[in-house]
Amino acid sequence: MSIVTVQLGQCGNQIGHEVFNAVCADVHGTHGLCSKKENESYRDACKERFFREEESEVPVARAVLVDMEPKVISQTLSIAARSGCWKYDDRSHFCQKQGSGNNWANGYSVHGPRHKEAIMNLVQKEAEKCDRLGGFFTIMSMAGGTGSGLGAFVTQCLRDAFPTSFILNHVIWPYGTGEVIVQNYNSVLTLSHLYQSSDALLVHENDVIHKICAQLMNIKQISFRDVNQVIAHQLGSVFQPSYTAEGGSCYSRNPLGDLMETLVPHPEFKMLGLRNIPQMPENSLAYSTFSWPGLLKHLRQMLIANAKMEEGIDWQVQPPRLGFSIPSSHPTNKPLHFNTSIANLVVLRGKDTHSVDLGSFRDPSLYTSWLNPQDAFNAWKTPRAFNKYEKSASLVSNSQFLLKPLDNVVGKAWNMFASKAYIHQYTKFGIEEEDFLDSFTALEQVISSYTLL
Amino acid sequence: PVSLRFAVGQCGNQVGCRFWDLALREHAAVNKKGIYDEALSSFFRNVDTRSGGDGPDIYKGKICSLKARALLIDMEEGVVNEILQGPLRDVFDSKQLITDVSGSGNNWAVGHKLYGCQYRENIVEKLRKTAEHCDCLQCFFIIHSMGGGTGSGLGTFVLNLLEDEFPEVYRFVTSVYPSGEDDVITSPYNSVLAMKELNEHADCVLPIDNESLFDIVSKIHQMTNSGKLGSTVKQNSLVTSSVGSTKTVQEKPFDAMNNIVANLLLNLTSSARFEGSLNMDLNEISMNLVPFPRLHYLVSSLTPLYTLADVNVPSRKLDQMFSDAFSRDHQLIQADPKHSLYIACALLVRGNVQVSDLRRNIERLKPSLHFVSWNQEGWKTGLCSVPPVGHSHSLLALANNTCVKPTFIELKDRFMKLYKKKAHLHHYLHIDGMEQSCFAEAVSSLSDLIEEYNELDATKDGPRTDPPRLKIAV
Repeated sequence: MSIVTVQLGQCGNQIGHEVFNAVCADVHGTHGLCSKKENESYRDACKERFFREEESEVPVARAVLVDMEPKVISQTLSIAARSGCWKYDDRSHFCQKQGSGNNWANGYSVHGPRHKEAIMNLVQKEAEKCDRLGGFFTIMSMAGGTGSGLGAFVTQCLRDAFPTSFILNHVIWPYGTGEVIVQNYNSVLTLSHLYQSSDALLVHENDVIHKICAQLMNIKQISFRDVNQVIAHQLGSVFQPSYTAEGGSCYSRNPLGDLMETLVPHPEFKMLGLRNIPQMPENSLAYSTFSWPGLLKHLRQMLIANAKMEEGIDWQVQPPRLGFSIPSSHPTNKPLHFNTSIANLVVLRGKDTHSVDLGSFRDPSLYTSWLNPQDAFNAWKTPRAFNKYEKSASLVSNSQFLLKPLDNVVGKAWNMFASKAYIHQYTKFGIEEEDFLDSFTALEQVISSYTLL
Repeated sequence: PVSLRFAVGQCGNQVGCRFWDLALREHAAVNKKGIYDEALSSFFRNVDTRSGGDGPDIYKGKICSLKARALLIDMEEGVVNEILQGPLRDVFDSKQLITDVSGSGNNWAVGHKLYGCQYRENIVEKLRKTAEHCDCLQCFFIIHSMGGGTGSGLGTFVLNLLEDEFPEVYRFVTSVYPSGEDDVITSPYNSVLAMKELNEHADCVLPIDNESLFDIVSKIHQMTNSGKLGSTVKQNSLVTSSVGSTKTVQEKPFDAMNNIVANLLLNLTSSARFEGSLNMDLNEISMNLVPFPRLHYLVSSLTPLYTLADVNVPSRKLDQMFSDAFSRDHQLIQADPKHSLYIACALLVRGNVQVSDLRRNIERLKPSLHFVSWNQEGWKTGLCSVPPVGHSHSLLALANNTCVKPTFIELKDRFMKLYKKKAHLHHYLHIDGMEQSCFAEAVSSLSDLIEEYNELDATKDGPRTDPPRLKIAV
């Protein structure tokens, strides 16, 4: 099954490009550490998932590029073509001249309806070129106007046009201290709308990735490209082919469906966080060895203590002791800072994955009581190493990971809303105070639900 | 996206002239192959003049003949004629000019009411024609001075007109405010009358004053002539310089100052024209920096003022650039944003600067700046890869800050001094359409604006209580 990627706005297009790069480089790399047959299987699965073959020898990404101004798409198309490894379909993009001015209302209420037909035509064309459509992966930032506003509108259109397809929104959270002054408004409007049409929101926070670049990757002058490459690596580590069933004989063909099934049991809980270990500069890889117990110990503690990366983990935090008949909805009984999970997915790639013991992730004390522990945790594996890492483990978690960041964004937006600052910019394009209130209400509901886990 | 420029009056046209010159210089430096591209098209049309005169527009391919997307308006002929005889003559054609001979006598009413009325149709027609050539018109820029008659009066008349004819297109105004020792006696009247128009019809105003420009010019002069830097300064990197542009004759006294304003306008639009990792378009500037419709006065600062010839710039120097942007010496208006209240702030960086440099400096400078309580992280940032000519990097800071208040208060005081004595009023009142109420309304509009800034300032040192959040029934 194939995934159609929709790249929205500057951020979406810049990241999408790095994702296809990472995936392609991984497939052509020689560090697979597995048999030739395995490698070929992997490559074929990856190709089917992300690319299609055209008359030209170079595989074409299954993607639609959307932006309201031309510079980024034009750059993205040409850099991809120059790679010689893959390219975009020259006709599979839509752009305008004006941009959205960081105005969610402009993206959602003006550009959306105006360009709906043209954009959905492109999506339809890409979808038709899939033998079997596995779903949609949209990439956008919450902070600006196009990715966020137009992105929310397009997601809605996707849901209407493809009611039974999976939609996963990859959402980038901007730096806390400003990229855009109205970013909190745009974020609140985006998240509340996406929640209605999307199956799940997979989140990356710029602040977190920036820290990874600084502390783990040792990059001195960090550019957006560096940030995007780390994000692409993390996404690739989840979405490159893997075996989703124990003893499975072929690579899973339905990654999005499998993901949703394992991680999103309830429509009120759609916020997914992503952690990946290890993360280090490429030139250090040759000198490092890892053990699965070591990696998984860190990953588990990152989950429990809500650590954003493998350094600075708080080892003091432990899960609550079970055996007491206290309803799990009593937040005061949970140890401070403990991150309660609904469901978790671990993806293991590389050497000796077959013998890895994942029992510690099945510990019922990590989870709420609604699901059986065996349903709350899933593991995908492949012996094929990813992106030169001899061993790598990723965690996709539906837990309280994003509770605090969400609460922060809503808090700041509310604070600004109370003063009515910038509201006139939104009402100019048809988003009224009432619409803001609806969005705030929806998100406070989500916050409340996650808090009570 | 395309912008149309209106240079109105003597000052407006002199600045405009420097702007076009430096714009050509910038694009020549970036666009080596002479291809007419999107970046160029934001300022210039590409016209096929082989068939003589005004041929059709060419949208792609090689540059044939560039024509500025502009209207030059002046009620005296001196400045515009000079432009048409100078090296920029091919950049304009006669259909872009609106001139008269007698001037406005430093009288806002003559500019606004008399000439406004007289030239309205002419201006509308030419405006429509010029707009037709734009496939995506995003923004109007007006460049003028506030203290005279044409720039101030007719300039603000054009502003009104633009709102009527193209209400959806953003209106940016670059206004040169008179200083206290202005030799035009009626400049307070003209300025306050013009302010009302700016309050009501502009989306963004970039106030500038000659005193600040003069101080910057002096500072550069001092540095380059003191022997400390000498020949290591790249001459074409001076924010005041015309080196490399078409100007070959001796520089006129205001050229250096006008170059600063021209550079401001170039930097403002750089991220819309050239690529970068975090683009910032003009409509984003208005969106992020104007939280309430009337609070749209932005204090600008440009750094660096010049570049030394050494190519390797340690990050210490980069950080200095950020610090300078917030110092009062680099503001284009007499104002001290550091000691007043920030409502919003934008940083547009050009050149080899990455997001980590930006973040490091914001973190470093934030503690010493006061932001309004509901916008504590009120930073809008942009990264454009292409630096200005002669530089490896540069920074334009735009501040929506209560530090503009003193300028407006002083203006009001100077106005009241004259108005109380009814000095020179008759020159205005005998113009058709001009009444005493125009003055009353204008000063009232200014007072209201000052009051809005006062209210914000009052919150500056107060306790911060966040409003209670919505409660959800479980």
